Amino acid sequence: MATAAMKPSPARKSPALLARIVGASSPLETADALWGYFFLLPWLIGLIVFTVGPLIGSILLSLTKYDVLSPPKFIGLTNYTTAFFGDPLFWPSLARTFEYSVVVVPLGLIGSLMLAMLLNRGMKGTNTFRAIFFLPSLTPTVALALLWTWLFHPTVGPINVGLRYLGIQGPGWLTSQHWALPALILITLWSTWGGSTMIIFLAGLQGVPDALLDAAEIDGAGRWSKFRNVTLPMISPTILFNLVLGVIGALKVFTLAFVATNGGPSYATWFLALHIYNEAFKYFRMGYGSSLAWIFALILFAFTFVQMTLSRRWVYYAGSEQ
Amino acid sequence: MAGRLEIAPEARLSVRSPSTAFAQIESGIFYAIVLILSVLFAFPFFWTLMTSLKQPWEIFAFPPPIFPAIPQFVNYPTVFALSPFFRWIVNTVFVVAISTIGALLSSSFVAYSFARFRYRGRNLIFLLTLGTMMLPAQVTLIPQFILFHAFGWVNTLYPLWVPAWFGGGAFNIFLLRQFMLSVPTELDEAAKIDGASPIHIWWAVIMPLCKAALATVAVLSFINGWNDFIDPLIYLNSPNRFTLALGLTFFQNTPETAGMPIEQLLMAASVMTILPCVILFLAAQRYFVEGIVMSGIKG
Repeated sequence: MATAAMKPSPARKSPALLARIVGASSPLETADALWGYFFLLPWLIGLIVFTVGPLIGSILLSLTKYDVLSPPKFIGLTNYTTAFFGDPLFWPSLARTFEYSVVVVPLGLIGSLMLAMLLNRGMKGTNTFRAIFFLPSLTPTVALALLWTWLFHPTVGPINVGLRYLGIQGPGWLTSQHWALPALILITLWSTWGGSTMIIFLAGLQGVPDALLDAAEIDGAGRWSKFRNVTLPMISPTILFNLVLGVIGALKVFTLAFVATNGGPSYATWFLALHIYNEAFKYFRMGYGSSLAWIFALILFAFTFVQMTLSRRWVYYAGSEQ
Repeated sequence: MAGRLEIAPEARLSVRSPSTAFAQIESGIFYAIVLILSVLFAFPFFWTLMTSLKQPWEIFAFPPPIFPAIPQFVNYPTVFALSPFFRWIVNTVFVVAISTIGALLSSSFVAYSFARFRYRGRNLIFLLTLGTMMLPAQVTLIPQFILFHAFGWVNTLYPLWVPAWFGGGAFNIFLLRQFMLSVPTELDEAAKIDGASPIHIWWAVIMPLCKAALATVAVLSFINGWNDFIDPLIYLNSPNRFTLALGLTFFQNTPETAGMPIEQLLMAASVMTILPCVILFLAAQRYFVEGIVMSGIKG
């Protein structure tokens, strides 16, 4: 067979040394290990070229001034001090990102959990409802931003027209400095409530044993008490997972703001990811952009780390000794 | 029996019937809530569809008509006439198809390595693989851009699909590796004894057994490719090279022709962008749900 000939053959030269390198104890295991590396190869290349290499590259770049046209110039930590002390948009963009996330994450989680609990009642047509709830999260974000820009139109958008019938003068939404951020939050909630977060909650809820709920009921637990003392602890690992992903997703908000408001009006929705994009790809300050990206990454890691640490106090793993 | 019948009806009436009535009212209320929510979730799509069929003068009429006076299906062909929309569809389908095939082949290839072979460094690399899932794209975006710029790939479609051929993404590898671990090894052992090479086993034994997981990888990779915005935004400059997601924003910024609103065309373009995702979801709902649940299990 042609493929058999491709089998790495250096094994025959010095089996002992090679076996030790690949961690095998017999020629057969050595061949096995070499095949393992062979199948790993595409990913190894991908990991180095597209992830690890760029990662190191961006650390180095963040210490330089680089505009693509002229060679990078080493400037030490200047980019980082510029971000903290000399960039009038850095702190506001971080603040906007936090304001957005502080609302989107908890409301998103609670909404998704409530939808999942509604669907978990096993009513007729559950699959249809699940599909309807899920569709917004499938919609390409660009299309989402466009159609909501139209829904939020200050005069002929159905939202303000509806408010008018209720006797309320609707705000300018995406064109208003005060309402642009709440509008983006509304769009985000609408598009994520029924998405993967809800599906994961649904799977978590279905994993709560009926026996436990029945036992609680026999003991006289009411609805809230059953939810608080049985359901919530049982799905706490799911909550943690959704929380971690939710925080990361919220802090990374980009496309929606880019298309719907482009950071405006008057920087009201100028999120950190938008700031990074503009610095790096609009003004071609690649070095400065890289330093912002690393600050951003460290913020994400810090949040994830804090959540994982705190989770030991409130997450309950049924049947696990860890 | 007779004695029980005497007491029972009253007892039943007093105890059970209010509770069943209550349960019925309750499930009625919940049903109503779910219906209202469905309307809220579906309304933006409905409004988009209706707008896409309106005549220009209906766009800014007040109050806005819910239904178009005469549905203007011509708005859809007009989108193709006013923009390189067809080109964008071709580009998007090309990128999505090639990157999905790449993701399927290469992630199953690599997952096979993690699931079936023993070698030094395997667990370390696997952990590293999981670690990359946490990494925000922004950190690697800039050096990747510089790299692809050096390759001369800016304003080409290569940056959008070539990476998929090198492992197909950490999540896909993880998903397939978990699936392969649950597949019994007897079949590949048998093939091995029959003298099949590992490549042959991967292709002829493992791949067919992983069909369900591969379907999940395919739908997720399709959706990610179809929705990807940031990569096309960074790499593509000339409208002819755009993908649909990027093309829509180009359309958004088109100056209104002779003061005529173009919202109906923008909405028609949006409908055409959304529709393939909806169709795929309805056809392969199961694989979406499985893929998502799978991602939740690891947490």
